[in-house]
Amino acid sequence: MASLSIVLGVAALVAIGSFNANLKRAIDDQAKTLLGADLRVQGRAAFSPEVKQRLDELGGRQSREIALSTMIVFPMAENATRLATLRALEGGYPFYGVFETVPADAPAKLAAGGRVAILEETLMAQFGVSVGDEIKLGTQFFEVVGALRQIPGDSAAVAMLSPRVFVPFSELEATELLGPGSLARHRRYIVFQDETDPLAVEKEMRAEFAGENLGYETVEERKRELGQSLRNVYSFLSLVGFVALFLGAIGVASAIHVHIRQKIPTVAVLRCLGASARTSFGVYLIQGMALGVVGSALGAALGVVVQMSLPQLVSGLLPFDVDFFIAWQSVLQGAGAGLVVCGLFALLPLLAVRRVSPLMAIRAQVSTTTRKFDLWQWLIWGAITVSVGGFALLQAPSKRVGLGFVVMLAVGFLVLAGLGKLVAWAARRFTPRRAPYVWRQGIANLHRPNNRTVLLLLALGLGTFLILTLVLTRTTLLAQIEGSGGDDRPNLLFFDIQDDQIDPLREILDREEAPMLADAPIVTMRLAKLKGRPISEVLRDPNSTIPSWTLRREYRSTFRDTLNPRTEKVVAGEFVERVPEDIEVIPISWEAGQAEEMGLGLGDEVEWDVQGLPMVTRIASLREVEWRRLEPNFFVVFPAGVLEPAPKFYVGASRVASPEDSARVQRAVVSALPNVSAIDIQLVMETLDGIFSKVQFVIQFMALFTVATGIIVLAGAVMSGRFQRLREVVLLRTLGASGRQLWQIQLVEYAVLGVLAALVGCGLAVVSNELLARFVFQTDGVVTLPILALAVLAVTVITLVTGLLANRGVTNHPPLEVLRQEG
Amino acid sequence: MSVQSMLKVEHLTKTYPTASGDLTVLHEVSFDLPVGETLAILGPSGSGKTTLLGLCAGLDQPSAGSVVVAGEAIQTMDEDERARVRNDHVGFVFQNFQLVPTLTALENVLVPLELRGEGGPSAEVRARELLDRVGLGDRYDHYPVQLSGGEQQRVALARAFVNEPKILFCDEPTGNLDGDTAHKVEELIFGLNREKQTTLVLVTHDLELAQKCGRVLKLRRGDVVEG
Repeated sequence: MASLSIVLGVAALVAIGSFNANLKRAIDDQAKTLLGADLRVQGRAAFSPEVKQRLDELGGRQSREIALSTMIVFPMAENATRLATLRALEGGYPFYGVFETVPADAPAKLAAGGRVAILEETLMAQFGVSVGDEIKLGTQFFEVVGALRQIPGDSAAVAMLSPRVFVPFSELEATELLGPGSLARHRRYIVFQDETDPLAVEKEMRAEFAGENLGYETVEERKRELGQSLRNVYSFLSLVGFVALFLGAIGVASAIHVHIRQKIPTVAVLRCLGASARTSFGVYLIQGMALGVVGSALGAALGVVVQMSLPQLVSGLLPFDVDFFIAWQSVLQGAGAGLVVCGLFALLPLLAVRRVSPLMAIRAQVSTTTRKFDLWQWLIWGAITVSVGGFALLQAPSKRVGLGFVVMLAVGFLVLAGLGKLVAWAARRFTPRRAPYVWRQGIANLHRPNNRTVLLLLALGLGTFLILTLVLTRTTLLAQIEGSGGDDRPNLLFFDIQDDQIDPLREILDREEAPMLADAPIVTMRLAKLKGRPISEVLRDPNSTIPSWTLRREYRSTFRDTLNPRTEKVVAGEFVERVPEDIEVIPISWEAGQAEEMGLGLGDEVEWDVQGLPMVTRIASLREVEWRRLEPNFFVVFPAGVLEPAPKFYVGASRVASPEDSARVQRAVVSALPNVSAIDIQLVMETLDGIFSKVQFVIQFMALFTVATGIIVLAGAVMSGRFQRLREVVLLRTLGASGRQLWQIQLVEYAVLGVLAALVGCGLAVVSNELLARFVFQTDGVVTLPILALAVLAVTVITLVTGLLANRGVTNHPPLEVLRQEG
Repeated sequence: MSVQSMLKVEHLTKTYPTASGDLTVLHEVSFDLPVGETLAILGPSGSGKTTLLGLCAGLDQPSAGSVVVAGEAIQTMDEDERARVRNDHVGFVFQNFQLVPTLTALENVLVPLELRGEGGPSAEVRARELLDRVGLGDRYDHYPVQLSGGEQQRVALARAFVNEPKILFCDEPTGNLDGDTAHKVEELIFGLNREKQTTLVLVTHDLELAQKCGRVLKLRRGDVVEG
């Protein structure tokens, strides 16, 4: 049983480690298909003539693309609409990898031009679109020539978030979707014919066009980014696997502890016959290590089997295929970790063997342990701490996370171990004397000699703690997306609204009984100077700690004379509502969090480049913004009075009661204002939930090892105390206890253990969820009582079932058999 | 069975299957023990004494034959019914005391009453009286581990008498005790037995102890050789 718990721990580590090696090789093998080209250059606006010339001079093969978000109208589905990413493509992209469609000739038709489109396969299924049907993009109809299965660079998760539709580049203009406020990305894909280094080209262009705000991506960078995010997932899963191993090791320690206790008379006899303490220790050390070796070897084999199934589990989440191979290094590492941890944990109870007195062979009452300072015990504890801590720090994506993991694990361990001792003590001291007998006997069992109370609480509590943390984190993240607030919050957002479309939109929404709840004008601008220093200088400054994205980004700022009471609160300074048109230095309001990140405070001067026009501002107030509410929120708010004449577009928010209303309102808006896009929050929620479920499934699959190990340790612990229990059960049987009474006694014992472990596990999970929410996800932790109640119930039931199953047959033993053994 | 019979055993046989064929440890044993009588089962190790006691007390199932305790034929009963008979009519004293380690002396004595749902203040009074009677008036709240061997056996005696059994089974009750302590425990067993008018069945290999009983049944290799 103990060996089995090590098996699962090692299996988890080997599966995760080996699969990670598979992923790394897959990334290397398919690196070029990750991008589909050697270099991608992207801009928010059309490339300047200088950039175009430079790009043309690069030679090789090139492909142009403009991508933007827009609404697709499906005439065959009663003009239903769906937000999608429209990609207008020209040239031979993708240069690496396969543009996979059904039928396969669709890319060729796209390249040939005309009003044709390739549509995301999921959308075709969702809206019942067949090849040959027409869809409407902007003001034009396009014939669907194929369903998109896969294109290099995007994973299925990307497609779920924003389904794609490809049209020929030349047809984009006719759709009239390229308005001034549309969030278009202009891209050029390049594949070099010679040995040109894409990174060198990127570097040169970055220097040459520093003011153009272009984005560059090469295969190497894509690989690095992907590797980094996979490393985070790998780290997380490794830690989950390690917890399984850790639990397994506790199981081994417990099993050896019981084993040694039973063997103490044998050791005493060996000592009488002249065996040294060292020899007797050696005998059992070899047994312990054999347990570790067998467990690790079996675990490594099981890990490889599990690893084979992982690629199917994660398919769709990754933008490439993963082939299976056995990564021997990972297998050895996992098995090695199992052996080391098992060995160290086994050593602790083994130390008792050295202290067995030969006198015990003739007098059982002689104490086995003379408690005094034992250097070896401390050394082993030290080695356990170093190995567990070292492993966590090595696996974790950052030292902070690793340290957090170790601290949380230690806290969990100590709290549960402490609780175990407390329960045993309290069971002895505070068992209610007037409670029914089966209750008192069940509770008394928690402090019986050789009880497994501490071990059971550890196995159950740690398992509950880990699994529930995962569940709560999911709840927290979904709640963060869903936002807080009542029924008044908007759930349908409109963007890309042109200056002359805002009033017609209001009228449409009023007509459709979904009035505009909030709207905001948006003026795009970039930072020019920060506290008098040009941005380019700040960016070059090696000592600057300001995140570069805050300096490079295009700010979409608004202007108004009021705060949004639902989402904004001034925390410093004073919000200036309106200023005269000719004011020299404009008082603005900045979002407090970003201002802090950029080292900005009240009174600091910031110069903007508002579409070519310099504008000097001063920070007059700092605001806290409730980003979780999906309303038009902004980093920077200008006062009314100065930005009105600037080119601008609008975003708006409305509320609809049902998905049917949402579809009706979107149809009405898109048919009148084709370039306006809508986001249905419900749809976003569902999509994210879908992705989350998939990710969570993978995590839970691995966490299952922890649970399974926990259950095995639990069953092992119960079974290791079986003889002790058998003796009691038989005694009570002899004195006249019925089977029902014996069953009830066990029920009480395991129910108390299950409920206590579940409650403490829940408590620890709530704390760690709150810490994760605050320090990792920057939000408030969300805890729902039904989840906690369900967790307590589930853990209690699992404990009861495991406990009763592990003890089954105990009540059927003929009493005489046991009483004889005792005698 | 006569009205006066407390324990009637007829053709009792116990056979265990082994690798080399069936092993008969008790062969066709019969006897009848009237109410209030004392019986010693005497024999060397391996003669089948404890097996016989176990079968008489319903702790094991016979291969053949019948056992009637206090008018109830137990060999046809299931385990729960036999447990009920033990709780209603039988008291036990074992060589190795067999106390519940997680319960105090008083709680251990109370167990048989608790199991039949008769716990409560009056039961506690009875248990205390019995502990006083066996000389453990100052040991109510001690756990077994805190008591000496003799004291543990006296707690076991108090427990055996607490449900006022009609018949008491003792398996080598003094086997684990030194001479003086053994003597005191013997006196208690026979004293209480007289006081409570209990029928006594005592397994021993100690001839001296056996001779204190009204009847002696000698066993050798599973057969009754005398008695």
